Amino acid sequence: MTGVRVLVGTRKGAFVLSSNAKRERWDISGPHFAGWQIYHLKGSPADPNRLYASQSSGWFGQLIQRSNDGGKTWEAVGNKFAYDGIAGTHQWYDGTQHPWEFARVWHLEPSLTDPDTVYAGVEDAALFRSTDGGSTWKELSGLRGHNSGPRWQPGAGGMCLHTIVLDPSNPERIFVAISAAGAFRTDDAGKTWRPINRGLRSQGIPDPNAEVGHCVHRIAMHPSRPGVLFMQKHWDVMRSDDAGDSWREVSGNLPTDFGFPVAVHAHEPETVYVVPIKSDSEHYPPDGKLRVYRSRTGGTEWEALTKGLPQSDCYVNVLRDAMDIDSLDSCGVYFGTTGGQVYASADSGDSWAPIVRDLPAVLSVEVQTLT
Amino acid sequence: MIRVVLPTHLRTLARVDGELQLRVDGPVTQRSVLDAVEANFPVLSGTIRDHVTHRRRSFVRFYACEQDLSHEVPDAPLPDAVATGDEPFLVVGAMAGG
Repeated sequence: MTGVRVLVGTRKGAFVLSSNAKRERWDISGPHFAGWQIYHLKGSPADPNRLYASQSSGWFGQLIQRSNDGGKTWEAVGNKFAYDGIAGTHQWYDGTQHPWEFARVWHLEPSLTDPDTVYAGVEDAALFRSTDGGSTWKELSGLRGHNSGPRWQPGAGGMCLHTIVLDPSNPERIFVAISAAGAFRTDDAGKTWRPINRGLRSQGIPDPNAEVGHCVHRIAMHPSRPGVLFMQKHWDVMRSDDAGDSWREVSGNLPTDFGFPVAVHAHEPETVYVVPIKSDSEHYPPDGKLRVYRSRTGGTEWEALTKGLPQSDCYVNVLRDAMDIDSLDSCGVYFGTTGGQVYASADSGDSWAPIVRDLPAVLSVEVQTLT
Repeated sequence: MIRVVLPTHLRTLARVDGELQLRVDGPVTQRSVLDAVEANFPVLSGTIRDHVTHRRRSFVRFYACEQDLSHEVPDAPLPDAVATGDEPFLVVGAMAGG
């Protein structure tokens, strides 16, 4: 049966929301891992019943959970994330060098082709890979070993590698983003990396055009055009047409170009979604109106999508991993809020309705289209 | 047998109810007790102490016989009452909001 499974990570557990292709009625299971922070959970494109979840707490550290049955049952797998070799140091808030210390897994990105291969983006920023279903993890240390590594420094939320984008046309190419170092790309499956931040301009750093130091919030790609990337930066929505070699701003008529998530329509590579947030210190929608903005022109020209969304007194945030799309004929768009709502649109964003209203603060939303 | 009481979240992870009863060979210390916990319940590795350094996680405390043993060195002998099984070794999640 065709349907949709929405995987929701929250501050206090994970939830699995399921519906048929009409996306009108939803079954909700959870909380899984009640009381734990679930920064992210995601399914394997190669086996939709294989899910991975990042489970952590300030008390008991990091665990990785794996499901082989679409989230009905789970088993804890490997949780040893040891930096390769001597961990080294990076820049700390006070300008001194600070040892690299593992804190948590922000993002799990399963391989496009192998259910047992999965990447983990962690804080302090590094990229790990497992090829045995999460049982063991090995750092792809060429990233952290880039000569700019000692100059990376944490943003307010920590120095986290939060975005991993795999190129479906080139298994050797991976994009990652780090707060607050910027975006990086490998073209040799993770051995070597280079910053891809040319064209980014950030007022909050000493050299606005620096090679590294930009607070990239999220990168999105349409699988049919892997050279075209969209970025929500701390401020500015950006676009690259050359796989990150250069970027140009496409914020256009957005009411504010601060925000966290960015997503691309399943069938229209030039249709892009963002959720503008008032500012870096006021993490809520401008004017108390929760609006998704859609561009059908690959950026610059944006329209507000408001039908079914609260248009007064709304002061929630939508975090970087908390927006995704399905690939049904009429593309579905989904996002979760720090107020615990998960909103869904079954018509490309024209109209919205909450699937669920009162979850803990939503950290991540991932969507699986089941056929 | 050594008795160990885990906090709720770790009991859930280990899929156990109530106290653990563990055999510990040699001196009964924090290190030997935690080694036994992790050997019997590998899922708990890294949740009480760091994988590599074996340092106690900051928000985990160790109590026994109404004493806070959190700051004792890992190889210090635990109280006799723990070694004889008369009293449990308590692993506690520190009180800290969230």
